[in-house]
Amino acid sequence: MRYAARKIIMLVVTVLAISFVVFLAFSVIPGDPALTILGGQTDPARVEALREQMGLNAPLPVRYVRWLRSFLAGDFGMSYRYSVPVSRLLGEKIPITLILTLESFLFMLLISIPLGIYSARHAGGRADRALVILNQIIMAVPPFFSGILITFFFGMLLHWFVPGGYVSWRVSLSGCVGYLVFPAIAIALPKSAMVVSILRRSLLKEARLDYVRTAYSRGSRTNYVLYRHMLRNAMGPVVTFLGMAAADMVAGSIIIEQVFGIPGLGRALLTAIANRDYPVVEAIIVLISVLVVASGAAVDLICRRLDPRISLD
Amino acid sequence: MKKLRGYAVLILMILSAGAVVLSGCGAGGRQGTDTSSITVGVANDIDSMDPNKTVSAGTRELLFNVYEGLVKPDSDGNLVPAVASAYTVNEDASIYTFTLRDGVTFHDGTPVTADDVVYSIERCADASSGNPLAPAFSSIASVEAADEKTVVITLHEGDSEFLSYLTTAVVPKNGSDYENHPIGTGPYRFVSRTPGDNIVLEKYDGYWGDGTNGGNPAQIASVTVKIVTNADTIVTNLKGGSIDLFLHLNSTQASQLGDGFTVAEGTMNLVQALYLNNAEKPFDDVRVRQALCFAMERTQIMEAVSDGGGTALGSSVYPAYRKYFMPSLADAYPTDTEKAKQLLSEAGYPDGFRFTITVPSNYRQHVDTATVLKEEFKKIGVTADIEQVEWETWLSDVYQNRSFSATVIGVDAGTLSATALLGRFESSAENNFINYSNADYDKTYAEALAETDDEAKTALFMRCEEILSEDAANVYIQDLPDFVGYSSRFTGYRFYPLYVCDLTMIRPAGDAAAQ
Repeated sequence: MRYAARKIIMLVVTVLAISFVVFLAFSVIPGDPALTILGGQTDPARVEALREQMGLNAPLPVRYVRWLRSFLAGDFGMSYRYSVPVSRLLGEKIPITLILTLESFLFMLLISIPLGIYSARHAGGRADRALVILNQIIMAVPPFFSGILITFFFGMLLHWFVPGGYVSWRVSLSGCVGYLVFPAIAIALPKSAMVVSILRRSLLKEARLDYVRTAYSRGSRTNYVLYRHMLRNAMGPVVTFLGMAAADMVAGSIIIEQVFGIPGLGRALLTAIANRDYPVVEAIIVLISVLVVASGAAVDLICRRLDPRISLD
Repeated sequence: MKKLRGYAVLILMILSAGAVVLSGCGAGGRQGTDTSSITVGVANDIDSMDPNKTVSAGTRELLFNVYEGLVKPDSDGNLVPAVASAYTVNEDASIYTFTLRDGVTFHDGTPVTADDVVYSIERCADASSGNPLAPAFSSIASVEAADEKTVVITLHEGDSEFLSYLTTAVVPKNGSDYENHPIGTGPYRFVSRTPGDNIVLEKYDGYWGDGTNGGNPAQIASVTVKIVTNADTIVTNLKGGSIDLFLHLNSTQASQLGDGFTVAEGTMNLVQALYLNNAEKPFDDVRVRQALCFAMERTQIMEAVSDGGGTALGSSVYPAYRKYFMPSLADAYPTDTEKAKQLLSEAGYPDGFRFTITVPSNYRQHVDTATVLKEEFKKIGVTADIEQVEWETWLSDVYQNRSFSATVIGVDAGTLSATALLGRFESSAENNFINYSNADYDKTYAEALAETDDEAKTALFMRCEEILSEDAANVYIQDLPDFVGYSSRFTGYRFYPLYVCDLTMIRPAGDAAAQ
């Protein structure tokens, strides 16, 4: 219980701090939402009137408290740019980013766990050495670049998907999941390489420990020792990394969305910043920070299950 | 090794499963010969679906298909009757009388009445929240529905240019939320919008135009406007088939398209220039401004920015304004480094000076232009620092607050009236962001507005152009070339002399009946 309470307090403090920094940042950078709405052809009196109407003329702390109060009441405000409630705007985008992140995560697990085990089992062998080198290369390739390569190879040459042919999940969920396969692979690749190398190292470290030797001396077979004893113990560092990777994937999707033309949270965030659409920016940032803190908590819980000696209190 | 092979097979299976899902989802069918729908790519999202609140040219060009005014421009830029079928103007151009066309209906099927027109105009002329939505409408004294089919607009004083403002959209009187429920009278009607992603339009079957009476019906049943924010993916998307047509490609992108695509070339219809803050030192001195004009080598810029395409400009009017355009002004300042240096010394800058060019970073062509200019100015000892800013920053700092010394930008016009381009240089104009002030210009411009004889009026506007050139108000460069690339399954795209994308022009290729 104390753990949950601490996590929730941490979440609240993080979100408060971040949302305030965003507010602060917007009051420093140039650009005026009222002017953006009215455009260049208008006269200053209209801009001033709209600023007043939008409540932009109030001092920063007042505006922040005002925003916070309605945010806590569940009212995320209206998008300046689109004149629709922020919740409706993001309701369309959140599933996209969620599907993309989940798919990437799934691919990362599918690719990295078997490869990591294989690599550790055959440590020093030819395949292992090749894998280690390949890993280094893949780790060094940023997702947007692998995204471009994937678009060229699978999209332009093999025609396995239509570049930019994103299908909305509202129209067809399977079509949406299908289109996101390749972007998800682009995000998953470098992370998979890291997981392979962490898992490999972690397994090799376990292999030198006494309990493994004891298990072997008891006459257990390699597979039994590996899957029953070592893997569970070796997963600790991997799970910690997976937690960070999950949070990072949400951020990584912002870039990949640009490469594959996916209208998800990332694009919404970039457009909102460019348009000085504060309510949208605030909501997205708060959402992302909640995700990050939540994935951290999930990691803690899983680690505790893996190793009951870890205390959460 | 055996294990590894098995693993590779697994991965391949996952990938092909993904591919199967994909081909089953319909996206793969895009490359067929279906011409009943078209996906049009644009770089920026629409800023508002409310026709009276749009500010960006990119929005206006699309809403052209959804809304119509009493009159609208045709592909030559002439104003032709639209919602009105005929109009008369009295002697001194102060009373405009419109007869509404029979059979014009809004997209919900209700007929357009004189009351709707009066409401639409009053909505834009309403000055209760500061200034009217359409500033030009402040000259309206009254607008009345004389009967069911007749609307009379009376102005405070004669203005022969007023008709060009009546392209303002006619909207239904009982409508309220035009932003989310846009209803107009155009050939396409609004279906849905996903912010940041797409806008879906479909053919309006009740459109009044039949191709012979001045209005053209839509020839493609469904249009999806897709927003492609990443410029690097445009060509891939066209080739992959997720978009069929893209508005405003640059010459590099156009040349990458190759087989299976048609590229239409036109002009962007804007005045690209190094705009100078005439109120700030050193540009308050006409000799300094002229020196920059003499220092510029226009062909170099045009070569670098648009592969030699584009049209050289010497004043604030672009070629689509055939009536007013003066090509000779482009030769007013032939490149002459010596002359430039001499002018600088006379102005008190024998060793040159240093200034900053502020340029919006999202406009590649303007950034490139600034870079070439910087090199050219070096020859006369002038150092230009380029400061790239976000578009929003540009809008507030340069355009609104006028705190800049020089900027490269393209200025376009909302209507094909000379006032749309020349009005901003009147010293007290709200949008005179370069702080240009010249008593002679103000006088000539005012005379032109008051003049009712068309020939004399044109001559006066041309005199205004000359003054801007003589005064070197800005370093005028060019009207940029513009490309529209589209799949050869379609044909018929046409450029307008205005920033307009007329979707009704596009039709399936090989459809002889439509020609």
